[in-house]
Amino acid sequence: MTQPLLQVDDLHVRFPIAGGGLLGTGKRMLHAVNGISFSLAKGECLSIVGESGCGKSTTALSILGLQEPTEGAIRYRGQPLNGPGAPGRMQRAKAVQMVFQDPYASLNPRQSVRTSLAAPLRLHGITAASEIEGRIEAMLKNVGLTPEQAKRYPHEFSGGQRQRIGIARALILEPEIVVLDEPVSALDVSIRAQIINLLLDLQEKLGLSYIMISHDLSVVEHMSDRVLVMFFGEVVEEGGWRQIFEAPTHPYTRRLIAAIPDPDVALKPVGRQDERAEMPLLAGRRFVSDGRASPDVFTPPAPSELVEIGANHKVRLAMA
Amino acid sequence: MRLGFNFWLGATLTALVILAGVLAHWIAPFDPVLDADLMNSELPPDATFWFGTDAQGRDVYTRILYGAQISLTVGIVSQVINSLIGITLGMTAGYWGGWWDDLVNGLTNVMLAIPSLIFALAVMAVLGPGLPSLLIALGLTNWSWTCRIARSSTLSLKSQGYVQAAQTLGYGDLRIMFTQILPNMMGPILVMATLGMGSAVLSEAALSFLGLGIQPPFPSWGSMLTDARQLIQLAPWVAIFPGLAIFLSVLGFNLLGDGLRDSLDPHMRTRKP
Amino acid sequence: MTAPLLDIRDLRLGVAAGRTVTHPLLKGVSFQIMPGEAYGLVGESGSGKSVTSLAVMGLLKKPLAVSGGEILFKGQNLLSLPKREMRRLRGNRITMIFQEPMTALNPLSTVGRQIAEMFVLHQGKSWDEAHKLAVEALANVRVPNPERRAKNFPHQMSGGLRQRVMIAMALACNPDLLIADEPTTALDVTVQAEVLRLIKELCAARGTAVLFISHDLGVIASICQRVGVMYGGCLVEENETRALFDNPRHDYTRGLLGALPRLGSRSEHGRQRLVDIDSIIADRSKLTETRFIAPRVVEGGQL
Repeated sequence: MTQPLLQVDDLHVRFPIAGGGLLGTGKRMLHAVNGISFSLAKGECLSIVGESGCGKSTTALSILGLQEPTEGAIRYRGQPLNGPGAPGRMQRAKAVQMVFQDPYASLNPRQSVRTSLAAPLRLHGITAASEIEGRIEAMLKNVGLTPEQAKRYPHEFSGGQRQRIGIARALILEPEIVVLDEPVSALDVSIRAQIINLLLDLQEKLGLSYIMISHDLSVVEHMSDRVLVMFFGEVVEEGGWRQIFEAPTHPYTRRLIAAIPDPDVALKPVGRQDERAEMPLLAGRRFVSDGRASPDVFTPPAPSELVEIGANHKVRLAMA
Repeated sequence: MRLGFNFWLGATLTALVILAGVLAHWIAPFDPVLDADLMNSELPPDATFWFGTDAQGRDVYTRILYGAQISLTVGIVSQVINSLIGITLGMTAGYWGGWWDDLVNGLTNVMLAIPSLIFALAVMAVLGPGLPSLLIALGLTNWSWTCRIARSSTLSLKSQGYVQAAQTLGYGDLRIMFTQILPNMMGPILVMATLGMGSAVLSEAALSFLGLGIQPPFPSWGSMLTDARQLIQLAPWVAIFPGLAIFLSVLGFNLLGDGLRDSLDPHMRTRKP
Repeated sequence: MTAPLLDIRDLRLGVAAGRTVTHPLLKGVSFQIMPGEAYGLVGESGSGKSVTSLAVMGLLKKPLAVSGGEILFKGQNLLSLPKREMRRLRGNRITMIFQEPMTALNPLSTVGRQIAEMFVLHQGKSWDEAHKLAVEALANVRVPNPERRAKNFPHQMSGGLRQRVMIAMALACNPDLLIADEPTTALDVTVQAEVLRLIKELCAARGTAVLFISHDLGVIASICQRVGVMYGGCLVEENETRALFDNPRHDYTRGLLGALPRLGSRSEHGRQRLVDIDSIIADRSKLTETRFIAPRVVEGGQL
């Protein structure tokens, strides 16, 4: 078996929360991510879905090096990305980059497009003006902008164009992995399609691997190869996009899919799975959570395990 | 960006002070120190001595023009020092957090608890009177507000996407602070500095009035007031004109600062359709 | 034949500069809502859907001003109504819920008191009675432990609960019309589904008409019987929801629907490229020149 591009093993992230006790000494630990493991293959789009507070963003920040994990290992091509022996920001920058959700907050208002794109190149040792210009020009064309637009400032662009600039900045150092944090949810509907198409085109053209963080399951179904469903810091179901969308098994996955306000589903309720239907026990074992009640985030979750129920299709069950 | 009447009034007053200071050498009819003539002492304003003369017979108008140089120097230099200290401490505290943040916060709170004039007096007492020590004293006193603003701006800017993007692109901390954070918080800092110039001019006047600032015979508006103390009934113009100069210049700096703040504050900005 | 509850006729508004209106935001919008009907306005940012609702509520803020047209509510033109009477209608006959309930709730007052206030203000109930009604209203919007929750302050509640409180306040006086401006956009999907179901069921049970404003076609489809599509300050297409989705006639509507990844379509047809709206629309400025307003079909013929 070939080595995965990115390997995450038993990732835990806990935050100390001040409070309690007279002098604020009673620190509690917020369990944000509880033992996430997955791997990402070259050219793959892996989506992490879940609702606010499920730990999907914390997981992404850990991969980007913006959040140090409490436990666990993240490896890029076999090399550790965290803990001792982790590379500096400079090396990591060429491995993983990120496209942000809000195109209005993700560009420095005081920097022109050219400056935003040229500065990282210079930082990484590309100093020849002609090469910098060439790469900026090529990258702007890649994302559907014109080289003439490079001298403009962010406020001169629409939301969709800003997102294209954000994508260009993420790709300028030619990373292999791009983390997409809700890449289209802040955009107008008609612009979303353009950005989704662009991301899929770039993935194919540049052989990129995506980790997409999203709560929008229609977009996830459209773009992903594999899907991780997270609920309060744990993966509750994992599988190929077909398995997740055609045979969702965990109650929470079913609930998420049933909740999508999809016009077709809303207007033709035939064949819609009733999310309220009682789930049968799976091979005599029960699910830890039905994805309704919010667990206590200050205690470690009850022991459970991901059980393989199909080819690469896993679901979280209580310990037998 | 729409700038209101207050801003333009402030800008005009400030411009007058700057012009007076810069052009004093050419437009002043007399020498501020050497043209003392006891024959002409305590003359009321007339065609030759527009603002009258003081006890030594020096032209008050001339001395006010030269005094503007002192006030401007004090205002600008002290605010540059203030801003440098405030930005450096505030930005690094906000960005790095942890014990450094706690330390800077503590220091800021201590500084805010000490009346600034008392602190400046103490510094002057150590350094001795004169312009350089005045600049240092005022530069060291008023950085706490700037520091607070720099810190809170940094905290909010730190979570902006472009700062995170810069981290993932491999930028070092200092580079991020200087290229991503600092340019985006200069607005409020500039407002603070402009408002601070007003209070620095007042502090200079107070310290000079107490005899700790600019030493005679060089003219500063504060020391001119000191000299006028005994003459206030005999020759009120000796006190009125420097007082007016202090009042108008401080008003100018404050209006300018308020105007800048209003124009930079997104809530005050008229919404564009 | 029933008369429409809300009849908006050729509504025009824009940024007022003195007596003239520059920057028109609505360029002649007309639609009707029947009693008890759920009507959806869908559009992207800047299409004019939100200012339409603000105009109905009489909440346009300077420099926005209406420059023409009529807003008839039960036959009465709201635009010429004295402020006093408009205030009496607002919160009583016409109510509104917003995207962010936190901004609409008073942070210093318990939610129970805020709901009770509606009964005191509009129905002249005593505070004691109003408090009982408030707890009942919370139970109606399926807030668990309504007695305990009534004593909560807004910040002690989750976004979904706060939105339920807003709905309870909005429906307290059994209004004729509820205006919902993106009420679920800030919520998680599962919470959104619950809140939508709640609005749908409560309004249907009380016969309250709904003007539902959203950018999300799926949300509109799940709640509204009729939909108007707005673009550039104009209503470019209007039809029964099913007909609009099955047979969109305006280029813009077609573009919007094609731009949306549909659940299950990849399973059925494989991954198909999403429609780039700019590829089917040559000139966006000409979009508002054509309009497709389907006639309202009622029993016994057209209206």
